[in-house]
Amino acid sequence: MTGTLTRRVPVRSRTFSRLLDLRLLAVCLGAVAVGLVATALSVSLGEFPIPLGDVAATLVGAGSRTDEFIIVGLRLPRALVGLGCGMALGVSGLIFQTLVRNPLAAPDVIGVTGGASLTGVAILILGAPPAVLPVGAFVGAVASASLVYALAWRGGLSPYRLVLVGIALAAAFAAGTSYLLVVGDLIDVQRAAVWLVGSLNGVTWDEFWPLVVGLVVLFPATAALTRALDALSLGEESAVALGVPVQRARLGLVVVAAALAAFAVAASGPIGFVAFIAPHIARRLTGLTGASALPAAALVGGVLVMVCDLVARLVLAPIELPVGTVTAVVGAPFFLYLLYRANRPVGGG
Amino acid sequence: MSLRADGLTLGYGGDPVVADLSLELPAGAITAIVGANACGKSTLLRGLARLLAPRSGAVLLDGTELAKLGTREVARRLGLLPQSPAAPEGLTVEDLVARGRYPHQSWLQQFSRDDQDHIEWALEVTDTAGLRRRALDQLSGGQRQRAWIAMALAQDTETLLLDEPTTFLDMAHQVEVLDLLADLNREQGRTVVMVLHDLNQACRYADHLVAMDRGRIHAQGPPADVVDAAMVRAVFGLDVRIVPDPEEHTPMCVPARRRRRRSEVAPGAATGDARHEPLAPDPS
Repeated sequence: MTGTLTRRVPVRSRTFSRLLDLRLLAVCLGAVAVGLVATALSVSLGEFPIPLGDVAATLVGAGSRTDEFIIVGLRLPRALVGLGCGMALGVSGLIFQTLVRNPLAAPDVIGVTGGASLTGVAILILGAPPAVLPVGAFVGAVASASLVYALAWRGGLSPYRLVLVGIALAAAFAAGTSYLLVVGDLIDVQRAAVWLVGSLNGVTWDEFWPLVVGLVVLFPATAALTRALDALSLGEESAVALGVPVQRARLGLVVVAAALAAFAVAASGPIGFVAFIAPHIARRLTGLTGASALPAAALVGGVLVMVCDLVARLVLAPIELPVGTVTAVVGAPFFLYLLYRANRPVGGG
Repeated sequence: MSLRADGLTLGYGGDPVVADLSLELPAGAITAIVGANACGKSTLLRGLARLLAPRSGAVLLDGTELAKLGTREVARRLGLLPQSPAAPEGLTVEDLVARGRYPHQSWLQQFSRDDQDHIEWALEVTDTAGLRRRALDQLSGGQRQRAWIAMALAQDTETLLLDEPTTFLDMAHQVEVLDLLADLNREQGRTVVMVLHDLNQACRYADHLVAMDRGRIHAQGPPADVVDAAMVRAVFGLDVRIVPDPEEHTPMCVPARRRRRRSEVAPGAATGDARHEPLAPDPS
């Protein structure tokens, strides 16, 4: 991890200045390249393989009607929704991890995703029209985030209480979800079980557009809060000393991170582990800590979901696994590895 | 630039820790706040740094209440080094120091030439430039403390508040940190206000000494005027002999021997003082 020289270049005009990290830039460009390859493969591979040449032809409007249906109607929205969900989850996870100063934090750990799962399953089991599902999941995520926040608030928000309250509520939501799965009709329960793992099966442009709107609003909001996030990661006292409006900034960050997770869950169901692993991978690759790794966390998250979904589609073809099974297979060992590392006594002194 | 507490009462719920305290911190000087454990010295510093809102009274910066100034505005004039600041894992010295520029930056301007100059200067003056790409968690205690001071310096404030900057450091690193603060004060005229554990260090480095006892100021002034055996007994509950520091000729406290303390101290002189802790067994 160490020993790699981070090269940085100041970029300045009269009204604008940044310190550009070349390694971050390289990681982002690399992720974009992998993402493009993954998109191409996602669109090309499947039960009816379409050669890349025909893919290109279709995209410029010169393909056959079947190809166009498969690519533009089925595979492209699926790839793009995967990308968008992964980006949202990567950013959400990095914000939560930095804010509560705990590498094990993520929207799935602190109850946001749990609330969305509960409302989503309720909708599927109680037989509401399927079109309501994303809305219900979104409302569930936002409501549970608000509940966690309200219960953790005591004259101010302590990140530690936020995590504890979140874990407790996540358990309660999981109990509610289990109850619904036990009492539900078998066919509904099966659909709910697939949705609960997080799945991009059958995703269309209808899931894509709300997600894009969410990202277009929330990514700039995130960018506006990154400096406060970095200051907050030095602890509350240092943040106050640096002139950060601590409670306002924390509220803004929790809202943004929870909303990002909500949009992702609404589009695809709760895809596990992505919000948790993507920031770690991004930090490893860039050698950066805190908010400066955000662009990399977004791209790594997006590419991760896309690649996992490709694997989920192909590995047992013609059966399509929910993408969440693949992210869990990748994520669970990684989680254990981090737990192992976190529990090791820190040396030095 | 003046920092002043006016009838300041501070607490954490329960009884006030600092009660109706008024204090003027001399500009351009080094002030050391000393006192026994739980005398309220760190609480006072937290109040001065607006980490703790006053229950009554106010902290005034150039005559204006801190609470009425914007937090960013205060951050450009008043810096703070907390007692045991924590950095996220893997954060490099350079990135830590850069965060000190927060109150001077905007969303568009995040690395102006001015930012760069102040960061470089802070790294230089704290002798941490050579460590700039090292992660804080890989540094020794003294190096880490210097990096945090560099961050506070990059903030470029006229006044710097420090809460026990030498705690957890070995003797060489303690001297190193205090010498650095003395240099900053002398060469740049910066006002330094610090809580110190060690009375002898406070005597040596401070122009102005504030001795606190149970939430109030017991005595204040230049160390040579303030520190005598009676003050130390009242504030620390310890019998000492005061001798001149052989290096600086500032007052130096030498604790009396245990046997002499028993026989020579008049009975009752120090009784009824709850802060008298049982004498520790022989350290050897």
